Parts: sequence; structure tokens; C-alpha cells
Amino acid sequence: MNGFWEAWRLIITLDPDLYEIIFLSLQVTITAVIIASIIGLPMGAWLAVNRFKFRRYVIAVLNAFMGLPPVVVGLFVYMALSRAGPLGGFGLLFSPAAMIIAQVIIITPLIASISHQTIRDLWAEYHDLLISMNTTRTQRIKALIWDGKRALLTATLAGFGRAIGEVGAIMIVGGNIEHATRVLTTAIALETGKGNFAFAMGLGLVLILIAVIINLLIHIVGKTERASTW
Amino acid sequence: MVSILPLTLTKATAHMRGKKLVGPVSLTLAPEGFTMVIGPNGAGKTTLLRLMHGLQRCSGGTVEWALPRAEARNRQGFVFQSPIMMRRKVRDSLAYPLRLRGMGKAAAYKKVEECAGNFGLSALLDSWAPMLSGGEKQKLSLARAMITEPDILFLDEPCANLDGRATREIESVLQAVQARGTRLVMSTHDMGQAKRLAQDVIFMHKGCVHEESGAERFFLGPITPEAKAFINGDIVE
Repeated sequence: MNGFWEAWRLIITLDPDLYEIIFLSLQVTITAVIIASIIGLPMGAWLAVNRFKFRRYVIAVLNAFMGLPPVVVGLFVYMALSRAGPLGGFGLLFSPAAMIIAQVIIITPLIASISHQTIRDLWAEYHDLLISMNTTRTQRIKALIWDGKRALLTATLAGFGRAIGEVGAIMIVGGNIEHATRVLTTAIALETGKGNFAFAMGLGLVLILIAVIINLLIHIVGKTERASTW
Repeated sequence: MVSILPLTLTKATAHMRGKKLVGPVSLTLAPEGFTMVIGPNGAGKTTLLRLMHGLQRCSGGTVEWALPRAEARNRQGFVFQSPIMMRRKVRDSLAYPLRLRGMGKAAAYKKVEECAGNFGLSALLDSWAPMLSGGEKQKLSLARAMITEPDILFLDEPCANLDGRATREIESVLQAVQARGTRLVMSTHDMGQAKRLAQDVIFMHKGCVHEESGAERFFLGPITPEAKAFINGDIVE
């Protein structure tokens, strides 16, 4: 139990190293969630309101990509960002930017797929009204995202949950470098490898706490589950 | 402003998955009046309204407005049998059609206040639209369709799910709307309502228009046996 209490001591005494790891975890994950939402929410809405030849297959592939193996994503991003890769010139490998790219690739299909399901239901409800009002496709997508925003928070939160707990890809592209790319999950993996199980568990509890607090905050700010709102 | 009416249907038909729903229908809607589309269940009343409005694709024949289709689409309104409520407050639901037409938020809200007053919705502007009662929802649907001042308003059995009091309220709103010069085309099952409101009647049966005439003449002396049976409350075969 010593390691566990040590982890709490570090939290309570505002240990700079621990907080550096927490802040980097949040910075990387929140940035990835914002970018993935900007891509995934309109993508889900677009798929819901458009009919085209291979639509069913595109949706099936998107759903399948929800389960993309992070290690494989990490490997592809590593190859793309390494010196010999097509994006090697940007020098992003082993940086938080590389970790954000990997997370965006992992969570965008998740956000797009969940938002597609949500918006598909809302589109079924709004279809006649929006067609009757002679709206353009863009206006329909905007209306569906705006009116479905509370339900779409679920998609965003699912993306956040997947990203904050991700370890395989960001370990590969970030390298788990102290004071540079070490985040909570990679720190837990490192401590476990060193045999510091209790300390690793303490960090794990911090991770869970962060996930719960962020979820609660979003629910409070988003006013979900209230009878007076929709 | 030049009206988008008359509306002319020439041998217009509507199919769905190979099955004929309506047609061939040929008729003309003059720029003024209150036309009631009546007929038994499955006669094609809703499909005819949707065909005229453009919600239902025309599989044969033509549906033509006096002005080009793109302009005509922006000057029509449609009220559905089950009100479709946007997940917004009443104020924003009413402002939505105006915002679509590029009106600024302040100007749109000003017009919303004025429109809400005309439809008895002033006290509900800050309520959530999906939380309103059935009658209030239908009044909101009407107000939302009318806020852009369309030339013609289609109403698909707007009182079908309402009690007597709410029905009367909607009827007085409709009479006020018509008095302002809006052309009304409405489907209904309710003979009493048809007699109270209609100036013209289109009687439909099995997807075809069986009779089209002035309301008084239709109710006093229907020509076809199907129309006679329907008015008498008999089963129409």
C-alpha cells in the first residue's frame, strides 16, 4: 500500500512532475477530442442525411474502424512521421503533436459512428420538416448537430474515454519521454514494468478520477438528463 | 409581389416501390380560397398534399406553379398531422425559418414576438417546444409555417389528434390566416370541420379525385355514389 499512499501524497502536495504528466495527458486528449469532433460530428451527420451508392459499406467500414487496434495505428503514424516517412520533414515524431495525431485517428471513427446513429434517428424525425422548409444539405447538417448536441455529447465523451485511456499508440509515437511525452497511461505502463504496482495503481486511480470529473463537468455544463431541457 | 399560384396538376401520379399511391390527378388551385381534401382512409389525401408541396416525387405528369419551382418552394408552408417539434425553445423554433432566409437574429426575434402574439403563443416563447401540449404544438407548427408569410399553406389533418377545444382554437387561427390572404389546402376526416371551413372540396377515393367542386354544392348534392356514402357516414367501398 506504500506506493498507493505515495501517489496520493504526490497529488495532495501538488508534485510538479505528477501534475506535468496530468496536464500533458489532458492537453493531448482534449486537443485530440476537439479535432476528432470537428471531423467526426459533421461526418456522422453527412452520412445520416446523404444517400449514395456505397453508403452502407462506408458505414460498415466506419463502424469496423471503431475497433482499430491502437498499436497498429501507432505503427502507421510512426512510419509516416519517421525521418524516412512521407511526413518526416515536420519532425513531429516523439512529440505531443504525434500523440494527438494518433489519438485523432483512433477516436474519429468512434465519434463519427456514434454521432451517425444519433443523427440518423433525429433525421428520421426532422426529415419532412427540413425538406418542407427547402433547406440545403449544409443547413440540415447544422440543424441536426445543433438540435442533437446533448445526445452528441455522448459521442464526444466516448471519444474522450477512449483517448484518455489509450496507451499503445502514444507509447510508440510519443516514446514516453520524461518531461516531454510522458502521460498518465504511459507512466502507468512504465511503473508496472518497473514492478511499482502500487504506484502504478495510484496513477490509475488519478486517471479514473480525471475521467469521472470531466464527464460530470460536461454533463453539468451541457444540462443533460434534465426534465426542462431536451 | 407576384403570386406563385395558380398551381396546376396535369395527370400527376405518385408511386412508391412500384405501387401507385395517387393519380393520375389533373386539377388547378386558384390563388385564393380554402380547399378541403376529404376522403376515406387510404384515399391518398396526404399523398396529394405532399405531391403538390413537393415532398412526394411526381412519378408521372406535372405539378407546375406560376413561378419557377425554386422560388415557389420558398413561398409555401406545410403543417403535418403529427407536429414535428425541433428540440429548441419556442422562440428559436419560430425564428428558424427566418434565419434560414438570412434574417439577422434581432430582426428575427422581433418578428417572432409579433407572430407569437397572433397565434396566442406569447406566454410560451421561452418554453421548450417538445414539452408543449398537443394543441400548443400544432399552433406552433402553424405559426412556424406562417412566419415567412407563404402564398399557400398545406395542412395535413392538423386537428386529427386534438380535443374539441384545441380544434376550435386551430380553426379560428386558420380563419384568421385565410383572412390575411393565404391560400389554404387542408385534408380532414371531420365532416363537421369540412362544412365549417371549406370553400371548395376535393373528394378523393382510391388515389383519384372523384369530385371537385364548391363546398356548398358538394355537401348538398354529391354526384358520385362514393361521395354520397362518405358524407352519410357509410363505408365507402
